[in-house]
Amino acid sequence: MPAADAATDPIVRIENVVKDFGPLRVLDGVGFDVARGQTVAVVGRSGSGKSTLLRCIAGLETVQGGRIEVCGHEVGRPGSAARAQLRRDVGMVFQSYNLFPHLTVERNITLALTLVKKESKEAARKRAAEVLGLVGLTEKIRSYPEQLSGGQQQRVAIARSLALQPQVMLFDEVTSALDPELTSEVLAVMEDLARRGMTMISVTHEMGFARRVADLVVFMHQGKVWETGPTAELFANPRTAEFKQFVGSEL
Amino acid sequence: MIQLNANHLLYLLEAARWTVLLSLIAFLGGAVVGLPLALMRLSKVGLLRMLASGYIQLIQGTPLLIVLFLSYFGLGILGYKLIPLVAAGISLTLYAAAFLGEIWRGCIEAVPRTQWEASDCLGLNRFQQYAYVVLPQAVRIAIPPTVGFMVQIVKNTSLASVIGFVELSRAGQIVNNSTFEPFVIFSAVALIYFVLCYPLSVAARTLERKAHAGR
Repeated sequence: MPAADAATDPIVRIENVVKDFGPLRVLDGVGFDVARGQTVAVVGRSGSGKSTLLRCIAGLETVQGGRIEVCGHEVGRPGSAARAQLRRDVGMVFQSYNLFPHLTVERNITLALTLVKKESKEAARKRAAEVLGLVGLTEKIRSYPEQLSGGQQQRVAIARSLALQPQVMLFDEVTSALDPELTSEVLAVMEDLARRGMTMISVTHEMGFARRVADLVVFMHQGKVWETGPTAELFANPRTAEFKQFVGSEL
Repeated sequence: MIQLNANHLLYLLEAARWTVLLSLIAFLGGAVVGLPLALMRLSKVGLLRMLASGYIQLIQGTPLLIVLFLSYFGLGILGYKLIPLVAAGISLTLYAAAFLGEIWRGCIEAVPRTQWEASDCLGLNRFQQYAYVVLPQAVRIAIPPTVGFMVQIVKNTSLASVIGFVELSRAGQIVNNSTFEPFVIFSAVALIYFVLCYPLSVAARTLERKAHAGR
């Protein structure tokens, strides 16, 4: 394959994904591609399947049909051998931060570096200081999660993912548990990441963030990609009644 | 009839050391067997889950006294004559393991599922997830109920008296047989049990308060 093609090849490929929870079909033939360096905002009402989709991409859920390919690894199948490899390339940040409460901020970050990447303690510590600098929390390195505000905890969670140098970052409603002030400090970190060329897929309720930062918006409705397109175009020109209504209700 | 004297009390205190030893054996043995049981109950392998829960239900549904009879008299008939300490140690271990296994399973399950997901996403394997993320948090939750259960173990060691193991209760019976002062003697026995158990109960309550305050 020529190098030029490799650069434009999508880094995340989602094709016709079907996911059931028992009798309930939550994802019904979802598909879109994400190019390297792109920021994608997945929006939609609660229950539209957007978080489930993200969890499928992260390999936390198995899918019943279709395929998801991230950095060339197929995910979403039970017992997939690509899973370990996927873990190296994909970072995930959760709505509830999910820091390890019994470990310091530093150890939260170095844990996977030493256990999974087999880095030395010194190298891992250096890396922790580095990524904490990126999210502006260098001085909190010795703190425990409970001593931090929600926004700070979420920034640490982002730093923890970044430390593993993923190629794709997934954000699952990461500001939904935060008040507006704390939300903006987390969004600032994410915008910074997007500017640095990180490939990001973000499930979000922050329409302002989606408009400002996302290259591509995916509007989900009833388990389907209802409408998708480049951000400015999509917001200027909503085609479906559902998206019009959704955008209208957000304003 | 022999007059009750200080030697009798000394005899009770010496016997209490066996109660303490038997309690420690039961607790340590119960912990060594109970932790694997807890992990088996949470395993992804159905057979392991079934074996562990079968064992737990069997022991929890059987009087400890009968387990003691089985391991002492039952095994004796079959040709495995165990000394009372060993038979009692094995029985109490089996008993403690079943209960500790269930207590600890609950504590491990009390660690939020999201902690598994977060550590999974960071690439930790199941062993690493347990060792570095889940068990350290489960231990904190487990300390109060575990200490509380130790009180039960101490008291239940008294059952070992029925297979002739001279621990505190059996010693009380022996002293009573020669002095016939049951009220005084068994009060003394009860007091010694209380002195052994009360600090544990207090510790369990204090630890529980602390654990809740930490949330």
